[in-house]
Amino acid sequence: MPATERPIKRAQRSLLSRVIIGVLSLLAVGGCIVSLASFAYGKNAARQSYDRLLIGAANDIAESINIIDGAAVADIPVSAFGLLSLALDDRISYAVRGPDGALLTGYETALPPEGSARRSDAFYFDSTLQGEPSRFVTVVRRFSERDYSGTVSVTVGQTLRARNAMALDLTKGALVITGLAGIALILSAYLVIRSAMRPLDRMASELLARDPYDLTPMQADGPAEVAVMTDAMNRFMQRLDRQIGAMKHLISDTAHQLRTPVAAIRAQAELALEDDTEHQPQRLERLLRRTRSLGNLLDQMLSRALVIHRTDNAPPEPVDLRDIALQVLDDCDPELLAPGVEVDLIITDTPVIVMADEVSVTEAGKNMLTNALQHGKAPIRIGVSTSPIHSELWVEDAGDGPPQDVLSRIGGRFERSAASQGNSAGLGLSILHAVAEAFGGKVTMGKTDTGFRVTLALPTQTEADK
Amino acid sequence: MIRYLLCLLIMSGPAIAQEAVARFASDDAVQPTDIIVRSTTDIGILTPALDAFVTIHPEISITYEQWGSNALYANSRAACDGEIPAADAVFSSGVHQMVDLVNRACANPYASDITRDLPPTRVWRNELWGITLEPAVIIYNTALVPAEDAPHTRFALLDLMRRAESPYRGKIATYDVEASGLGFLFAFMDSLEATTFGGLLEGFARTDAVATCCSAEIIDGVAEGEYLIAYNVLGSYVSSVPRQNIGVIHPEDYTLLLSRAYMIPKTATNKQAAAILLDFLLSDEGQDILAAGNLVQRRDDDATSLSESAQRAIAIDPKLLVAMDQHRRSRFVGQWRSTFGALPAGGFLSAP
Repeated sequence: MPATERPIKRAQRSLLSRVIIGVLSLLAVGGCIVSLASFAYGKNAARQSYDRLLIGAANDIAESINIIDGAAVADIPVSAFGLLSLALDDRISYAVRGPDGALLTGYETALPPEGSARRSDAFYFDSTLQGEPSRFVTVVRRFSERDYSGTVSVTVGQTLRARNAMALDLTKGALVITGLAGIALILSAYLVIRSAMRPLDRMASELLARDPYDLTPMQADGPAEVAVMTDAMNRFMQRLDRQIGAMKHLISDTAHQLRTPVAAIRAQAELALEDDTEHQPQRLERLLRRTRSLGNLLDQMLSRALVIHRTDNAPPEPVDLRDIALQVLDDCDPELLAPGVEVDLIITDTPVIVMADEVSVTEAGKNMLTNALQHGKAPIRIGVSTSPIHSELWVEDAGDGPPQDVLSRIGGRFERSAASQGNSAGLGLSILHAVAEAFGGKVTMGKTDTGFRVTLALPTQTEADK
Repeated sequence: MIRYLLCLLIMSGPAIAQEAVARFASDDAVQPTDIIVRSTTDIGILTPALDAFVTIHPEISITYEQWGSNALYANSRAACDGEIPAADAVFSSGVHQMVDLVNRACANPYASDITRDLPPTRVWRNELWGITLEPAVIIYNTALVPAEDAPHTRFALLDLMRRAESPYRGKIATYDVEASGLGFLFAFMDSLEATTFGGLLEGFARTDAVATCCSAEIIDGVAEGEYLIAYNVLGSYVSSVPRQNIGVIHPEDYTLLLSRAYMIPKTATNKQAAAILLDFLLSDEGQDILAAGNLVQRRDDDATSLSESAQRAIAIDPKLLVAMDQHRRSRFVGQWRSTFGALPAGGFLSAP
């Protein structure tokens, strides 16, 4: 049975559909609001315009009233009804009433509400005409003639068909325009979003087409958001590349460096087997030295792998170099490596803070001290010093240091001053260099008044940087 | 001297206000639905149309009642208030009265493709429809009026009446506005239409014109030479019984066109059948039959080659309500009466 490929987990929903749904719901809500608003607006506009017709007709009629022989007589103008019949299909009611409310002419159905005669201005009210909702207006005209004194009210009413039709019409017009605008919006939103998403598509296809072992950076063009992603991905790939590189190096170093000591141990062991009892303790003594040296080598290789791993993965933290120096002195145990050699510790009173990884810097310090103990001359001093720019962890011995030609080659991976002897100063220095590089510092080696000094300088962490 | 003639057909008393009744039914009809149509139109004029209708729709029969316009208005008001059973259709030349009925919510709305095709001046609220198109004309006795005297415009008629020692003194007739709803409508529209109306009234007064009630009276009077000229006569009545010696003039300044209005009362029992009759009368077929009976004046008629602007259709719209206003009406009638003199006692009694 062939191994089934693990199905790629489907994305919940595409960004495009998410945004489109967002835009759509926004439009729907907006559309509802716009329809309600436009209906209210339409109704209001229709009411205002038709109320004007109504009052125009009422005023026309009121104007036509004359006092003839002590009676109010209206000469209803056709223009009044011409105005009203602008509302094509609406029924009309009108009434001219005397001071006592008695109908002078017109329809009984146009009945002004109680107390209307006392009001002075024209006023509107809603009522019904034969059961159909209608709008009315009443205007009052005062007469103070010799033979007639009092008010005559004119009430004109009209059903609401034309108003409702107009309100609906206005609403429809507004809705059609809104709808068209909405469609245009959706279309343009779709296009804009799609073009905005294109860099993502391109990135995806580029990633898919990529060789799994290809860890070179991707092209970081496109919009800022995408560039951030590409950038992050490139950094991730770089780290991966470094780790893989480190791993490869470790493996090849290990293979390379272990071959000679292991061969030497095997040879010693074979000789030990063949030797007579007299020489055997001497052989075993050599075998032990070789094995110890191999152990040291392994330690350093692992420590280098550790440092390279940590400098890539552990975020820098504030570290006090004085603590590191103490720790290094503690861990190295000079009595064991170089019995009888005295190590002086020279540290300041105030903390010396740098941004680094404690474990890595400690490893570097240990290598520095171990180197000095193994190759240097006593007395050996380990110390910490600081300046506003750099803080330093240094190890000094009283000797002259390595020869100039070795000094210039020192620090490479395969450089060992005494590889055949199983010592590993080169590897230690390479750790030192890796740490300095990872935290923005540098390594200096040189003669001083009192001897040879190896210094790891890291940028000082001041209060302002925190 | 001003004289009045009694319309013989009119019966007094509200109980039997209709003037004549006729029934139309297809020969092969089996239990047809009977609808009552109350109309001001002479039975004879509408007979061809109604016969054609019951032939096409044998399931419907028609009881046709002929009424005076004022009586029909009163009847329809009462029916609207639920006091008496309503007709299934009301068809009246008193268009202003019909508009008033619709305005009082007495009508039932109906719409079909045919009614929607009507011009806006011939329909209101989908409750009132103008079926016919009949001109108000001037007629004259061709034997007694010299051709050069025949008035082709109102201005010519005015000139004729202003002549000193006019031979037309007492020989010009028109409808009495109180006795005839149609006469009132025509006169009222004249008063709105043109300033000539004042001159006409003055002319009528000067020549002792005669105001009488009915189309038949006037036409017969002109034919017999009792009157020489009659003003504002409904053209369809003139043409319905062709007479040798009557000349018809469509006034060239403007000719009023009347559309008799058709309404289905809201309390009608057979609204559906009444709507079918309406659709038939407005259909091409119905209009052709009505045109043959001179109830629909066609644009292309040679006899009536009037310019478009001279044709003034009386629009079926709320403006006609002004004609129904008590004050306006009494003022108008007063003006009229001052021209034609007071109604003599024992004259027209209650005007139908």
